[in-house]
Amino acid sequence: MDSQLIQFLITGITTGSIYAFIAIGFVTVYNVTGILNFAQGEFVAIGALTCISLVKMGLPLPVAILLAVAITALVAIIMERTTIAPARHSSLFMLISITIGVSVLLKGISLLIWGTNPLTLDSFSNIQPIQIFGAVLISQNIWIIFTLGLILGLLYLFFEKTVLGSALKACVINRKAAQLMGINTEKMSALAFAMSGAIGALAGILLAPISSATYDMGLLLTLKGFVALVLGGMHSVSGAVVGGLLLGIIEAFSSGYISTTYSEAFSFIILLLVLFLSPNGLLVKVSGKRV
Amino acid sequence: MGANRILHGNRWRIMLILLALVIIVSIIFGSSYTLNLFILIGIYSIIAIGLSLLMGYAGQVSLGHAAFFGIGAYTSGILTTTYEYSPWPAMLIGMVITAIIAYIVGIPTLKLKEFFLALATMGFNIIVFILLMGMNKHTGGSAGLTGIPKLTIFGMPLGNIGIYYFIWGIVLLLTLFSLNIVHSHIGRVLRAIHDSEIAASTQGVDVAQYKLHIFVLSAVFASLAGSLYAHYFNFIAPYTFYVTVSIHLLIMVIVGGVSIIWGAILGAFVITMLGQLVTTTLPLFFDVGGQVEIVIFGLLLVLVMIFMPKGLAPYLIQLSKKKQKRVVPSSKSGEVN
Repeated sequence: MDSQLIQFLITGITTGSIYAFIAIGFVTVYNVTGILNFAQGEFVAIGALTCISLVKMGLPLPVAILLAVAITALVAIIMERTTIAPARHSSLFMLISITIGVSVLLKGISLLIWGTNPLTLDSFSNIQPIQIFGAVLISQNIWIIFTLGLILGLLYLFFEKTVLGSALKACVINRKAAQLMGINTEKMSALAFAMSGAIGALAGILLAPISSATYDMGLLLTLKGFVALVLGGMHSVSGAVVGGLLLGIIEAFSSGYISTTYSEAFSFIILLLVLFLSPNGLLVKVSGKRV
Repeated sequence: MGANRILHGNRWRIMLILLALVIIVSIIFGSSYTLNLFILIGIYSIIAIGLSLLMGYAGQVSLGHAAFFGIGAYTSGILTTTYEYSPWPAMLIGMVITAIIAYIVGIPTLKLKEFFLALATMGFNIIVFILLMGMNKHTGGSAGLTGIPKLTIFGMPLGNIGIYYFIWGIVLLLTLFSLNIVHSHIGRVLRAIHDSEIAASTQGVDVAQYKLHIFVLSAVFASLAGSLYAHYFNFIAPYTFYVTVSIHLLIMVIVGGVSIIWGAILGAFVITMLGQLVTTTLPLFFDVGGQVEIVIFGLLLVLVMIFMPKGLAPYLIQLSKKKQKRVVPSSKSGEVN
């Protein structure tokens, strides 16, 4: 088999997994609250940068990862409590503006804390790269793909086997009805933000050994996550994963075979085309508008 | 009679206050460095006025106007340097090209709603940015484009004070133009679209056409601002036209007050001045570099959205009304608006 093709596929699936994480974060908040959170990418940056700082302070990697994920989830909860919850009944225009404001603010705070220099994290393990049909698979790739699988498994268990997960799912299906059944939808909104913060942070931490982390990495990742979400159809975790992987693979092949300079433009052209053809996402079912 | 129709009612007062402010600023800051800041505020005001028409009146979010700003700047820059055009025709060609691009992009984009519209316009902005970086034969890539000539009148280059009055003259004209749009039947139609697109279309309004026209108009404003920027600074680079700039423009419009035309100018003033203040003072106390002003921008946007969702301009109006009330206690209350 063509080794180059396999190599592009490996790269595509790896970055695609990162996009999938971000898209999962997006879809969780979107389905529970009706908000597309522009600060989603900022969670990725904060997770990565916090983890790097904690490792530098001498904490063992697993502890640093857990702490960084927890801190980012806390940031997400604070965001929800202080800015989203008070404006719950405002217009969508205001909610868009608020999440944009929070994303700019978080980026600014990251700049004050971590400065402009890119920071890196060592690879999670020192295993020699593996050769597959002439293509190179480094250990971090395996970590990323493995973690995505693990998170999907955990999410499945959470949504299908726990009361809290069922309550959250009920909010997704019909918030009004869920409220009437005695589910505290406010708590569910905070929970959705916490989950999206935690998953976003994890994406950043996994990405940090491959490409360095900077305070301003969030914006582009927000947009990539959104492209993945649109490709996958806006409404489900599985769609988000499919969209993320698809986007990663498209990017890897377009930068490999067409042009590295324009590969990024290529994914946004796909975004616009998909939106134009189907304004609510590719794999979408008929859905009511939030009024 | 004619002047009365153009400068109707309250518009007289607004225009006179703005004109007085423009003259006062030029007297106080004459040849100092601060005048540069006011020139920059004028340039941003031109874009913000267009965005205010688009967002406040037609109800459409755009996070891609830095792209039109860039298209104007680069058209001017490339035509005057590589092809040795004079700045004036280059500026006009830039506006025509921008109008065509905005028209083509606007038809499908404006069908999208809220979050999707915001993100699609961001996507468009990134595509334009990548093209500016990638087509380095023409644009100079990330190193930028240098040697763009200054604006001239009858062969004489305009000095700083000349540029200042020229740019603010344009700002005043566009303010007047936009106020007239807002107070015409087009303005009423736009507000109807803003309140409910469905209701407007059942009344026989061609919603898509109106939205598209305002989108193109606001893009042309941004293009004009871009050309002025290129000829004033004589140098342009792609990062001046990145999505983050679109976000800052959005913040200007919202902080100033999205549904009041001169709120756009107020927003451009507040954000540019605050940005300048933070970037010059913060590094004195903390060891920080880069775009530290974004902390304030983000915080300001969130605070304004939560505590004064209509922005600063309506707040100022209320404040001045309260003062008037204190002076003339006999005036009737409840005459807000």
